[in-house]
Amino acid sequence: MSDWLQFHPTLAFVLFSALKIGIVFGVVMTMVAYAVLVERKVSAFIQDRVGPNRTAPPLALRIPVIGRLLQGWGMFQPVADGLKFILKEDFTPVYVRTIYFWLAPAIAVIPALLTVAVIPFGSNLGAQKMVIADLNVGILYTFGIVSLGVYGIVLAGWSSNSKYPFLGGIRSTAQMISYEIAMGMSVVAVFMMVGDLNLSRVVEYQAGGIHHWLVWRQPVAFLLFMVAAFAETNRLPFDLPESETELVGGYHTEYSSMKFALFFLGEYANMIASSAMMVTLFFGGWQPIWGAAPATSMLAGVGHILWFLAKLCFLMVVFIWVRWMLPRFRYDQLMDLGWRKFIPIALANILLTAVGLAFCSSS
Amino acid sequence: MAIVVDRKPLTFAERSYLPALLGGLKVTAKHFANTVFRGQNAAKATGEGYYPEVPWRVEPGYRGAPYLVRDQDGATKCVSCQLCEFICPPKAIRIVPPGPNGPPPERPGVEKIPKEFEIDMLRCIFCGLCEEVCPEEAIFLRQDYSLTGLARGEMIFDKDKLLSLGGVQGGIKKWSQKEQEARDQEEFPVKP
Repeated sequence: MSDWLQFHPTLAFVLFSALKIGIVFGVVMTMVAYAVLVERKVSAFIQDRVGPNRTAPPLALRIPVIGRLLQGWGMFQPVADGLKFILKEDFTPVYVRTIYFWLAPAIAVIPALLTVAVIPFGSNLGAQKMVIADLNVGILYTFGIVSLGVYGIVLAGWSSNSKYPFLGGIRSTAQMISYEIAMGMSVVAVFMMVGDLNLSRVVEYQAGGIHHWLVWRQPVAFLLFMVAAFAETNRLPFDLPESETELVGGYHTEYSSMKFALFFLGEYANMIASSAMMVTLFFGGWQPIWGAAPATSMLAGVGHILWFLAKLCFLMVVFIWVRWMLPRFRYDQLMDLGWRKFIPIALANILLTAVGLAFCSSS
Repeated sequence: MAIVVDRKPLTFAERSYLPALLGGLKVTAKHFANTVFRGQNAAKATGEGYYPEVPWRVEPGYRGAPYLVRDQDGATKCVSCQLCEFICPPKAIRIVPPGPNGPPPERPGVEKIPKEFEIDMLRCIFCGLCEEVCPEEAIFLRQDYSLTGLARGEMIFDKDKLLSLGGVQGGIKKWSQKEQEARDQEEFPVKP
């Protein structure tokens, strides 16, 4: 390496952290945009439709074959959608509580983005660890931040000062609080096996190939976490806060333009964050299916990041696909599932894991 | 007679939601594969094509945008009674009556014709109450379902536009008959 790359350690830390934040933010935003496209396409295919296949900038169609192909796949649709959101009229009804009405979209989107900070999305790239903040209490941080996400929705529901958003807000409070408990308890068993709250340690624990992944050792915890993640991100079959068929648009009924787009963005960023969490906790993080040590070369480092992204995309498709597999739960069924089924199962799982670990360590 | 429907309690497996999940996966996977790999979709199945090129075929009796109509003699049927304006739930209709010096009606036996008649198509909810309430059968929900404009002003349709879009809707000429009856009554031995 040449001399000009030898920074002062503090300067290097600040510089590289800023760089990582910028790149991760950019990648997450792009993924959000294209997740919307994938959602529209997959939904269309499942419903015997073709999905977005019209949008194309004027010059793109001049490219011989690829232009038409990209148009058919709807690859330019997210750009058009983004521009449309910026250009639309931003309408604030007169009867809303203005400060909270403006604050709510920001509060909804920021926690979703903050969660990504502790996820190890790769091993090494040069001398840098591929995680923005290598916290030793990573999962506690995540749960702390994720719980803040509900405030955005509740504030939106309350400040809109209209009945449907209000009902949506109330539903989301109950739903998110109930499922957060089940979610937190499901990962306790995982951390009992790993013995560390640092997410990088969790990934290292799963080294050595696909059969070492925690999804095989803690299938119950994985199922609980997965279902709770659906509830936390307000995805069908648990999209009660926004249920279009009953509550118009739920908590974001009164929102328009970019403020609505922020809620949308927050929902998808949440999906990405919880998918990334599941990849890290249960699918071996950045490890390839044959297992690998942290990368020493640039090429291997990039490879590990790509493995992480591939697993992430798979889970995102699962998120999208499940939307069309089940009808929405009734409110009492949702509460019943959360409190009377998931929490006891999670507790039993913790107990069984503890007993198993005690036997293993004594023998 | 009341029919007792036998509601069997759900089995444990059914209560775990897993059979429903697998059933949902099967159905969605089948449709996904059919659309992606075999190129089947709803537009092809109905054999007509995709929407902007092939507009949706509307069946007779479809309740689209409300337009004013003329009778078979080409006269405006509306008599400016304003019932549709009063019943319109979103208040999309605005009528200006002719007043003492307004335009004369276009058909005999009728007192009035609206001076202005506007429907704000952005407000209209296509409920059809105006058609139901109209005593003259002068306003009808036609076949148009896709109204677009570049500005809000464009979407307020005035009387001329509504009449030209509405076309002709013939029927019994109530007022001609009434006029004929009145004229008959002026001669003394009233015709039976």
